[in-house]
Amino acid sequence: MKRHLLSAADLSRDDAELVLKTAEELRSLADRPIKKLPALRGRTVVNLFFEDSTRTRISFEAAAKRLSADVINFAAKGSSLSKGESLKDTALTLEAMGADAVVVRHSASGAPHRLANSGWVRSSVVNAGDGTHEHPTQALLDAFTMWRHLGSLDGRRVAIVGDVLHSRVARSNALLLRTLGAEVTLVSPPTLLPVGIEGWPVETSYDLDAVLPKADVVMMLRVQRERMHGGFFPTAREYSRRYGLDGRRMATLQDHTIVMHPGPMVRGMEITADVADSDRSVIVEQVTNGVAVRMAVLYLLLGGSQPAVSTEGLPE
Amino acid sequence: MPAPNAAPDATTDDGRTVLDARDIGRALTRISHEILERNKGASDLVLLGIPSRGVPLAERIAERIASVEGYDVPVGSLDVTMYRDDLRMKPARALLPTQIPSGGIDGRTVVLVDDVLFSGRTIRAALDALNDIGRPKAVRLAVLVDRGHRELPIRADFVGKNLPTSLVERVRVRLQGVDDVDAVTILGSTEGEGA
Repeated sequence: MKRHLLSAADLSRDDAELVLKTAEELRSLADRPIKKLPALRGRTVVNLFFEDSTRTRISFEAAAKRLSADVINFAAKGSSLSKGESLKDTALTLEAMGADAVVVRHSASGAPHRLANSGWVRSSVVNAGDGTHEHPTQALLDAFTMWRHLGSLDGRRVAIVGDVLHSRVARSNALLLRTLGAEVTLVSPPTLLPVGIEGWPVETSYDLDAVLPKADVVMMLRVQRERMHGGFFPTAREYSRRYGLDGRRMATLQDHTIVMHPGPMVRGMEITADVADSDRSVIVEQVTNGVAVRMAVLYLLLGGSQPAVSTEGLPE
Repeated sequence: MPAPNAAPDATTDDGRTVLDARDIGRALTRISHEILERNKGASDLVLLGIPSRGVPLAERIAERIASVEGYDVPVGSLDVTMYRDDLRMKPARALLPTQIPSGGIDGRTVVLVDDVLFSGRTIRAALDALNDIGRPKAVRLAVLVDRGHRELPIRADFVGKNLPTSLVERVRVRLQGVDDVDAVTILGSTEGEGA
């Protein structure tokens, strides 16, 4: 593995499989009376969140604490960041405090990349979501959830539905799932597909009903109204009718198909309550898996003298 | 101790065979009887193999105990990677399976099973790992080969074969299930050079 995890494209197939296998071993920790492993004892992980996030920050915090790392939470609100401090000065502060890893979320695409490659910090940088760019650990936990339900992802068909334009989850998933051999179809209104989509390793469609019967996984995306500055679709109701997953559409899925959502979901908009609460929905499991996957990432980046060497048949 | 005996490619040089399949079988049968004798039966026993080659050994011992006592002893595996004292000295390593039997280990007699006992550091890590899983009544150690050179005050309760070695030699254990044959071989110098 590389020293930083900035993009799902940083992961080779071997890297990604190593993360999934490690997460599988770490997942059983949740069933033990003592949910703690000593691997990162004495290491410091800083959660640097410039953008509001509850579930991702809590997930990273739980992951780091279960590996015995010291966790420092650094949120934009009420800190020097809201007083106008630059990313560089924040980074230098973290470096001075001796952070071994910085988990960063930022509303600007590319901020984690800047942090990792500027020479400001020596720590590993993990991208926890940057603007509309990438969210690689989300893609890993989604792939892990699919892998647990479907086995190998080779040739599996994944439909990612909704607001692709504003979704870092969609981009990271498209890249990682391709690496793992799955076929990704993005389903979205034309206005919500990003420019340059031709260059992505995916197919696109505007017709949800045509895609659903063939899909092994349906991943619904939230319509990110807070990032929308214009009219992307006429009304919420029309969006919901054409691109929402309801009971009628769910009935057209194959028996083994699972329904996913990265959260937070807006019930009644992109997904109806009966679908979200159905047996096919693995949305709650995604949260559980998120902790295991983030533990795997932190362990593989920080556990040894250098990040894990991902080769098959590792000597023990 | 997996590290010194995990020869990367010894297919060309098979070394000196010190235990063949029959020797290994006899040693495991004796260990199984010793465990039963010491424990006064098979009740409350849990066998935990240390991956990778401790696991098939634990399974074989459990088979022998079942045929003698007619009682299925719970068998599991215990990965000690995260508890190793040299974790920080090498690149991050892949984890191996930990599988604790459903009955847990609280109040039971746990027998740790490994292939080679060398420095004792793996067993120290295993004792730490056990500590996070429960509180056994007693912990015992069974190894196929004890090659000496302990660096910690740790000893085995049940030993398949004591094998005096020099530090430059490597002991390689191969077991069906993980490898294609059952054999224990010594590779490297048979003289005590450098030791």
